Amino acid sequence: MISVEGLMAKYGERVVLHGLNFHVGEGELVGLLGPNGSGKTTLLHCLSRVVRLHTGSVAVAGRELSTYPTQELARVEASVPQRLEISFPFRCIEVVLMGRYPHQHAFGNDSDEDLAVAMEAMRLTDTLDLAQRRITEISGGEAQRVIIARALAQETKIMLLDEATANLDVAHKMQMFDLFLEKNKKGATFLCAMHDLNLASLYCQRLIFLKRGRIRVDGPTMETFTEENLSNIYETEVRIIPHPDSGAPQAMFVPGGQSAKGSAQ
Amino acid sequence: MRLRLAASRRAFILGLLILVILSLVSVLGATGIGRLQISWKTVIGAIGEGLGLVQSGTVERTPLVVVFDIRLSRVVLSYLVGSALGVAGSVFQGILRNPLADPFTIGVASGAAFGAALAFALGWGGTSYLGLGTIPLLALFGALGALALVLMFGRVQGRLRRDTLVLAGIVVATFLSALIALIKALDEEAVSAIVFWVMGSFQGRGWIHVGFSLPYLILGIYLVMKCARELDILTLGEVQARQLGVEVERVRRRLLVGASLLTAAAVSVSGVIGFVGLVVPHLVRMTMGAAHQRLILLSAFLGGLGLLWSDVVARTLLRGGEELPVGVVTALVGGPFFCLLLKRRSGGVILD
Repeated sequence: MISVEGLMAKYGERVVLHGLNFHVGEGELVGLLGPNGSGKTTLLHCLSRVVRLHTGSVAVAGRELSTYPTQELARVEASVPQRLEISFPFRCIEVVLMGRYPHQHAFGNDSDEDLAVAMEAMRLTDTLDLAQRRITEISGGEAQRVIIARALAQETKIMLLDEATANLDVAHKMQMFDLFLEKNKKGATFLCAMHDLNLASLYCQRLIFLKRGRIRVDGPTMETFTEENLSNIYETEVRIIPHPDSGAPQAMFVPGGQSAKGSAQ
Repeated sequence: MRLRLAASRRAFILGLLILVILSLVSVLGATGIGRLQISWKTVIGAIGEGLGLVQSGTVERTPLVVVFDIRLSRVVLSYLVGSALGVAGSVFQGILRNPLADPFTIGVASGAAFGAALAFALGWGGTSYLGLGTIPLLALFGALGALALVLMFGRVQGRLRRDTLVLAGIVVATFLSALIALIKALDEEAVSAIVFWVMGSFQGRGWIHVGFSLPYLILGIYLVMKCARELDILTLGEVQARQLGVEVERVRRRLLVGASLLTAAAVSVSGVIGFVGLVVPHLVRMTMGAAHQRLILLSAFLGGLGLLWSDVVARTLLRGGEELPVGVVTALVGGPFFCLLLKRRSGGVILD
């Protein structure tokens, strides 16, 4: 579904991604992990064509990324940003309906179908009650769920999530990932940049670890979510215990572990 | 849910209807107001005759000229200019994602003022072209020239960015203001004409000015209405707009050109009239929300109404028959009003 070859990205002279290679197959749910500044957001921006590739190539759904018309690309992949920057008092339903833009024509109004899709997306994200509220007057977590609803309303095969649930309370975090998992089982492909390691382990089948713009580890969660990998990549001491119910590996952090790790190196 | 959506649409249509009715009543009412007392029957007769709805000869020559050629043309022009400024203001605030932007933020007005100043200094103030002074023509060229400069300087690596656009606008505006100051310094006779023009006025304007600005107004409104949906999405920022499938460069350029055409058309026939383009979009946004299709339409009507009545005040306030520049009236009314808005709604709506 997403094929990346020799991807290099630069901001000015600073190289942010140094030649990445990976492939995400249809129906995978992949976690993109790594410390701050490792290039996760830049990678997602390259995949959604916000940042231009310096060298290398990206193919999405079997087609070279650069050959997509902008509107068509937004029918193939949807992005959920890290945070919302909005200072104008749109109603939440209007924000979700913006997700229908890729399916509309010039001068077009929202059709009944657009409205139905938008409302279903709001129902799934538990935001239907907010539909008529102004986006500027609701909480950050609520706004984040509205944005997830907007991405769902795009009805795409690929979802690129950038810390999509970081602002949410625990219950909504789980609810959103249950929803992603359900969509994933129906064939949607997910690439999720995350900081919450344990959440990643619970939901992702495969993890890609980035550090300083390079892929350090890429593989199935059970094989890659190890004390050694995590300690090395995050430069802090990590212990792994199995989840009491599912057995998925869960990371436990050690106070002072960072200095211990630092002195060991 | 569907019912509530329908309710919000009903509120919009009701608002629109009220504004349309108020507009029609206002145009008629404002045409009846003036130094020369004319009965309402004559006013209506004269308008009918002027529009060719009533057989000619039913109204005497003097009231006909006063009502139709002098007052009605001026009322219509002030309404159109107000509409243009209201629409341009809402578009500029959206593209620049800055609720404090107005139609003059990126220097279009300075361009127009420079064009007009040049015309005054060259002594072309009195010459006319097809019955139209050279002032509007040069003001329009000046405004479009300034826009072209801003578009040129605001482009970085082929992309038109919001921050560089504002910076380019400030640079161009400052440079042109310096040129205007230079003209004033070199030609003292032109100073008062330039100063008065810059403050904005509809004195002595007629149907020719309506005809001059109308094509640009229509083209401008068409361009911005066509991109109203994209403008909604652009207010979320460039990154999200791209991810939602908006061709940011093309849409932003089209919106800028549309809003600048509206501004240029307005400024070239009336001078620089402040506050309409700043306050009107805020009022609409506070009551009707931020969706631009509605915002633009309602701003057009509210802007027209606001400026129409401001001009009535400007031409009737002083007993002796002298006129105030209408820009002074809008600033005197709009300034305190805007402060009040800021005070009352500083919670996230007006400021970031």
